[in-house]
Amino acid sequence: MAAVPIENRGLISRLWGHQETRSVIVQVLTVAVVFAVLALVLRNVVINLEAIGKEFSFSFLSAPAAYDITFSPFIEYSSRDTHLVAAAVGILNTLLVAVCGIVAATLLGVTMGILRLSRNWLVNRIVYVFLEFTRNVPVLLHILLVHGIVVTTLPAPRKAIDIGETMFISNRGLYVPSPVLEAGSGIVIAVLVAAIVAAALFRRWAKRVQVETGKIYPVFWTCSGIIVVATAFAFVVMGAPLSWDVPALKGFNFRGGMALKPEFLALWLALTYYTACFIAEIVRAGILAVSHGQTEAAYALGVRPNRNLQLVVLPQALRIIIPPLVSQYLNLTKNSSLAIAIGYMDITATIGGISLMQTGKEMETMIIVMGVYLVISLLISFFMNWFNRSIRYKER
Amino acid sequence: MKATITNALALALMLALASVARAGTLEDVQARGVLNCVVSVGIAGFAYPDDAGEWHGFDVDFCRATAAAVLGDPKAIKAVTSTGKTRFTKLNAGEGDVLWRNTTITFSRDVGVKLRFHGVNYYDGQGFMVPKALGVSSATELDGASVCIQTGTTTELNLADYFHSNGMKYEAVTIETNDEARQNYTAGRCDVYTTDASGLAATRSTFTDPDNHVILPEIISKEPLGPATRHGDDQWSDIVTWVLNATITAEEKGVTSANVDEMKSSKDPEVLRLLGVEGNQGEELGLSVDWAYNIIKSVGNYGEIFERNIGVNTPIGLARGLNALWTDGGLQYSPPFR
Repeated sequence: MAAVPIENRGLISRLWGHQETRSVIVQVLTVAVVFAVLALVLRNVVINLEAIGKEFSFSFLSAPAAYDITFSPFIEYSSRDTHLVAAAVGILNTLLVAVCGIVAATLLGVTMGILRLSRNWLVNRIVYVFLEFTRNVPVLLHILLVHGIVVTTLPAPRKAIDIGETMFISNRGLYVPSPVLEAGSGIVIAVLVAAIVAAALFRRWAKRVQVETGKIYPVFWTCSGIIVVATAFAFVVMGAPLSWDVPALKGFNFRGGMALKPEFLALWLALTYYTACFIAEIVRAGILAVSHGQTEAAYALGVRPNRNLQLVVLPQALRIIIPPLVSQYLNLTKNSSLAIAIGYMDITATIGGISLMQTGKEMETMIIVMGVYLVISLLISFFMNWFNRSIRYKER
Repeated sequence: MKATITNALALALMLALASVARAGTLEDVQARGVLNCVVSVGIAGFAYPDDAGEWHGFDVDFCRATAAAVLGDPKAIKAVTSTGKTRFTKLNAGEGDVLWRNTTITFSRDVGVKLRFHGVNYYDGQGFMVPKALGVSSATELDGASVCIQTGTTTELNLADYFHSNGMKYEAVTIETNDEARQNYTAGRCDVYTTDASGLAATRSTFTDPDNHVILPEIISKEPLGPATRHGDDQWSDIVTWVLNATITAEEKGVTSANVDEMKSSKDPEVLRLLGVEGNQGEELGLSVDWAYNIIKSVGNYGEIFERNIGVNTPIGLARGLNALWTDGGLQYSPPFR
């Protein structure tokens, strides 16, 4: 069958035959479909809310929340405060567990990743078994497991494990003395800051000397020495301007001191070791991806194994590790929304839970909660992308 | 309970995507042949599934009564389980036709959450349960205690108000379901468990050592529990209202599941109207003439439902108390069938 000459076909099929026009048509259609679906959803929302007489408004945020949140380490909160303050408490609690989790998971993950490559068969296998067990069980179960262990195996406050009559471990939390700053402590803190700055300057200087002359100074020990000695000296001179608020059992619970609550502890631990297992595999993959020739070359130059890892392998591995690491950080942050399962009052439990329930504002509270997670995730991504760019190969 | 955030999101989406099915709940239910009742995920005596997956309990029996009135079959129900947090969204999104889920009637739920309430099937109040070993005899001694509460309930608001107004401090341990709250309480994570007194009795009945726990004398709130429906369907609202009233009137008039057939030849005109022998009240509701007869025959009157599920002879062991008929010194009182 002979092909129909292009000028004899219909207009549409001629347009379709043209590659550029076709791609424009397809894109216009896609955009139209997406917007049509969005419009349909929005229309449905408006109609459904109207049908049950609900108004879309955020004015409930300024009404008193009327419920208590006991775990609020950063701001004073009482049931007389507004839903907005309750949301802020929730956001801070989410950030707290996310930040603590990310720091701890990174440390634990890198350690496990390196141990996983250990030539010691036993260490290697133990880490491997732990990794496989952890990664293949849902994180919610880990959270419930840790919480269950903390709450059921630790003793009640009256039988708390007592460490030197200053620290107490019970199923209501880990209580430690909290420092109380007294007159003159400002100077000690100023000295501490100055010592840290001095140590940083020394480190920079030592690095420059090493680059120029190859002479290596014991940077770690010198820096620690500067900070510890200077601060201790100032502390003694000022007459030890610090006292401790020691927790004591009064009535039902311990009062005073600082407390690590079982809910926070369980969520933090579970998120940490769960995410650390994924990080360990990323770290292992990153290290293995650095060509063995690099290591051998470093050994041939007489670099010791520790310095080899530190100066040759890790800097190169880091470039491979960072991008997948970002998504683990994001996962940890989002997984923290499982907190409600054990009663940790994060953003999902406060504004997305109790406030939602008490005001009946599903749409509004969910928009707030989703917005908060979105912003936190974008911030983490943004920061990590910046970090990633800063350690990329500098092409000269 | 798994993945609460996805649940909540799903609920928000439900509102977004649910087709508009507001008026005409009765037609929808009759066309479907099954009544969807929003019930709790499990409270002994009030709503719980047995080994065969069949639902039982005080609230479930009222759901069955509604099904008997609307469909003539008390078995034609589907239990839509919900936590304290998800119940109203499930109702408002149309997943359930009616909510029978020990739910307190409050201003903000009636007006703010846009629900219709239809009377009280259980007069309750919030109480406290503590282990006997604690040696506490009054709620005023609870300063500094750790208190387990269920989230999304009126109890957490009452609790905050009670401790605040008495100048006491407490640690709130906020838990999502009754089961988890019970675990935390038995593990000693909290000293006190607080919820409606009926719920405390129900929870205590599931302990291995119920005698080692006491319910403190203070009742700190009014918790009138009752059924709810969505705004915008007056006919359906009327039906639910009068299903509840029918069970109470039946008890007032001494009509039981055992004697309902004989009562059809009663001399009392109100009984005759109730059972559809006289008048056309069933048709006015949009139901069959024997709608109330079906309720009483298959589920029983209010007293029977109460005694069967939560009465003194059950493990829950609740006395009628405020829930006795008004003629016996209680508050249960039905408007007349006239």
